[in-house]
Amino acid sequence: MSFTIYSARKIITMNPNRPETTHVAVRDGRILGTGTLEELAGWGAHELDDRFADRILMPGLVEGHSHTMEGTFWRYIYCGFFDRMDPNGHIWEGARSIEAVVERLQEAAAKLDGPDAPLAGWSLDAIYYGDRRVDRHDLDKAAPERPVGVLNASGHILNVNTKALELAGLLRPGINHPGIPLGSDGLPTGELKGPDAMTPVGIHVGFDRDLLACDESGLRQFARLCVRAGVTTAADLANLLPQDAVKMMLRVTGEADYPARIVSLRRLQNMTVPEIVDRALELREMSTEKLRLGIIKVVSDGSIQGFSARLRWPGYYNGAPNGLWYVPPEQLREMFALALEKGVQVHTHTNGDEATELVMECLEEALRRHPAPDHRFTLQHCQLADAAQFRRMKALGMCVNLFPNHHFYWGDQHYAMTVGPERAERMNACATAVATGVPMAIHSDAPVTPLGPLFTAWCAVNRQTASGRILGENERIDVATALRAITLGAAYTLKLDGEIGSIETGKRADFAVLEDDPEEIGAEKLKDVGVWGTVLGGRIFPAAEI
Amino acid sequence: MSTTDNSPTPLPVTVIGGYLGAGKTTLVNHMLRHAAGRRLAVLVNEFGDLPIDADLIEAEDDNLIAIAGGCVCCSYGNDLVLAMLDLAKMSPRPDHVLLEASGVALPGAIAATVGILPDYGLGGVVVMADAETVQQRAGDRYIGDTVRRQLEEADIIVLNRTDLLTAAHCDAVAAWLSTEYPGGRQVSTERGKLPPELLLGFRETREAPSQPPGPLHGDHHQLVSASVAPENSVDARAVADMLVAADLGLLRAKGIVQDPHRGLTLIQVVGRRAEITPAPPGSRIGMVCIASRSVAGDSDQLAERLHQILSNKP
Repeated sequence: MSFTIYSARKIITMNPNRPETTHVAVRDGRILGTGTLEELAGWGAHELDDRFADRILMPGLVEGHSHTMEGTFWRYIYCGFFDRMDPNGHIWEGARSIEAVVERLQEAAAKLDGPDAPLAGWSLDAIYYGDRRVDRHDLDKAAPERPVGVLNASGHILNVNTKALELAGLLRPGINHPGIPLGSDGLPTGELKGPDAMTPVGIHVGFDRDLLACDESGLRQFARLCVRAGVTTAADLANLLPQDAVKMMLRVTGEADYPARIVSLRRLQNMTVPEIVDRALELREMSTEKLRLGIIKVVSDGSIQGFSARLRWPGYYNGAPNGLWYVPPEQLREMFALALEKGVQVHTHTNGDEATELVMECLEEALRRHPAPDHRFTLQHCQLADAAQFRRMKALGMCVNLFPNHHFYWGDQHYAMTVGPERAERMNACATAVATGVPMAIHSDAPVTPLGPLFTAWCAVNRQTASGRILGENERIDVATALRAITLGAAYTLKLDGEIGSIETGKRADFAVLEDDPEEIGAEKLKDVGVWGTVLGGRIFPAAEI
Repeated sequence: MSTTDNSPTPLPVTVIGGYLGAGKTTLVNHMLRHAAGRRLAVLVNEFGDLPIDADLIEAEDDNLIAIAGGCVCCSYGNDLVLAMLDLAKMSPRPDHVLLEASGVALPGAIAATVGILPDYGLGGVVVMADAETVQQRAGDRYIGDTVRRQLEEADIIVLNRTDLLTAAHCDAVAAWLSTEYPGGRQVSTERGKLPPELLLGFRETREAPSQPPGPLHGDHHQLVSASVAPENSVDARAVADMLVAADLGLLRAKGIVQDPHRGLTLIQVVGRRAEITPAPPGSRIGMVCIASRSVAGDSDQLAERLHQILSNKP
């Protein structure tokens, strides 16, 4: 039987027995072996393919926490402060001032058809424009006659113009809502904080009813972003997975040229615990090579920058009241116990350290009732955990998926405002996790920050904030550790490490094809490693043609 | 477009908060059983374990349960606002919405959101407390502050499941609640058995607001009701402020008064919350109310206090 041997400038395998090699043999979409040409020729008749001879191969990168809706967001106008690549590979220049945001929206408005058509933008980073808040008058300049709305990068704030407020019936005095600041004229400024304030206006500016849902075209766009980022497997962390959506996802990912594996988690919502465990077991049976189902996602608290995360003493640095629980402890206990009993994996979002503490306490209790080997229950984000909490994770057999991108985008705010200097330095304590032996992944939470594991690795290695501060030198990890976290590390949290995450015999032929060598380019340039494309199950996807 | 002059009267929403197991669902089912012709729409976070008693259910699908008497129950999941915008379009329109908050939600935040939605008006925040566990939960390491914030945000605190405790124990819990949360008016009950007027308001007072409300439905010995018809005109705002004074013990009141500046004015009181709005033309002057007997005394004493308040000329 014939097979293909690819040569490369270097193959970083993540297999400690032969960490670096030059050739990989692929048959039937799987890795036959790695090594020298001579070694691999022993398998028999083959073709030698040297298209990667000048390039670096790595195991296909694994994004352990993203949302496929990043694919749908690109139908809105990108208004972010930083440059960002869209699914077509076009790099949108960052909007460096409020005026630049307005100008970009004006251009987009000029291309719209009807005179009343709404205009929606996303990824506004208002914190970078100094003390001045973006208000409705700014967005009125973009299109006074149309409803205009721009979603903040964090996803927790929506800025709208006067017309949008008017359509929602909110352009009136006497509004009394914590999420709707008022101007000196007694009318809303156009800044809407939190979903309850955002939704009634969001529907008038063109945001879909359910922002978290991802449709077919979004799912396709998402995979194109994956190819450009070297990602071959991406976890979609909070889907409700109604049957229609599952059918669509099975059909789309089942196409031979769909270039990514998607692991979609079912969020605990709209179902009782017994119902969701049954559903997870049912979903697991529907899994295919390219769509993995059957893991449950639980969200236990909010976000640190939104002051809705649950913090232990002494709480928020600026004195804000403690955040919100999204599920009661009783439900966590029931969820963990039943999931352990039935062998269903649960990933739990915790941001604040109090949420992390409660989740571990509930899991410990559940484990006493239902001891479960290799459960790999994973803490997602888990940004504020301290050393003792990492030790407890280790003892409980938990994994962690940390969020180093936060340092770059919001590290300065965490230092100055949310958790203060000391705790900002321990946020996303990658070095502590590794030293403690907690299996660790790192993630982007795209679309909150851009999908790009090499950038995430750069964040974990450098811990540099947008202003250039090194936030927590001691928690930096080395490049090799970071590269492991974005391949095998993330695969392990998804229980896919036997299948993907390294380049070795028997695993799927999933590669990231790189222009530069991440081991040689230097820690400070890790984010600049060029991505040529990917190989998924032996099928080649050049980014230039996707 | 935004609210216009010919828009219908706001749909009243009663927010029902309280920690897990405090009896929110039981209270909702009790209200459904005693809706007395009102079309209630119940919004629950999720359907979970039997949000509605099985014998009340007429039909059921993923997001909506049809209930005897033209009532409905919908789940809102993570998007309360969308569910409420949909509900406002329902035909026929419900008469009253009971919004059952999740056990960890802050009812004040939900009440604020109700206030920004077109077509809706806040009909009060009722927070349930489980007599047996509320004190311990208020001191819990993880959920204590959530429970305390819920109680702080109540217009009326319903001390529920009192049948599980001795009378002395109940009194102690009630006293603790009054000390810790002096803002919220308190009422005790078991299995959510409260008169529907307390949550849903008085029926059709437009025609006959001064009619005595009659005996309250069920055994509510701790409650007292009264009605009065003021003859003089009053400052509605001043009256409203006096009606929410703690020593009056008022839990619910609805009245129409003649205000020298505002004209015919509707005053509505739910616990510590009072609202004044223009009354529909032709409304008859008068006021009905329910109060806590232990604070307000008997019906005559309550009526006397109301007379005093209403005869205070502006």
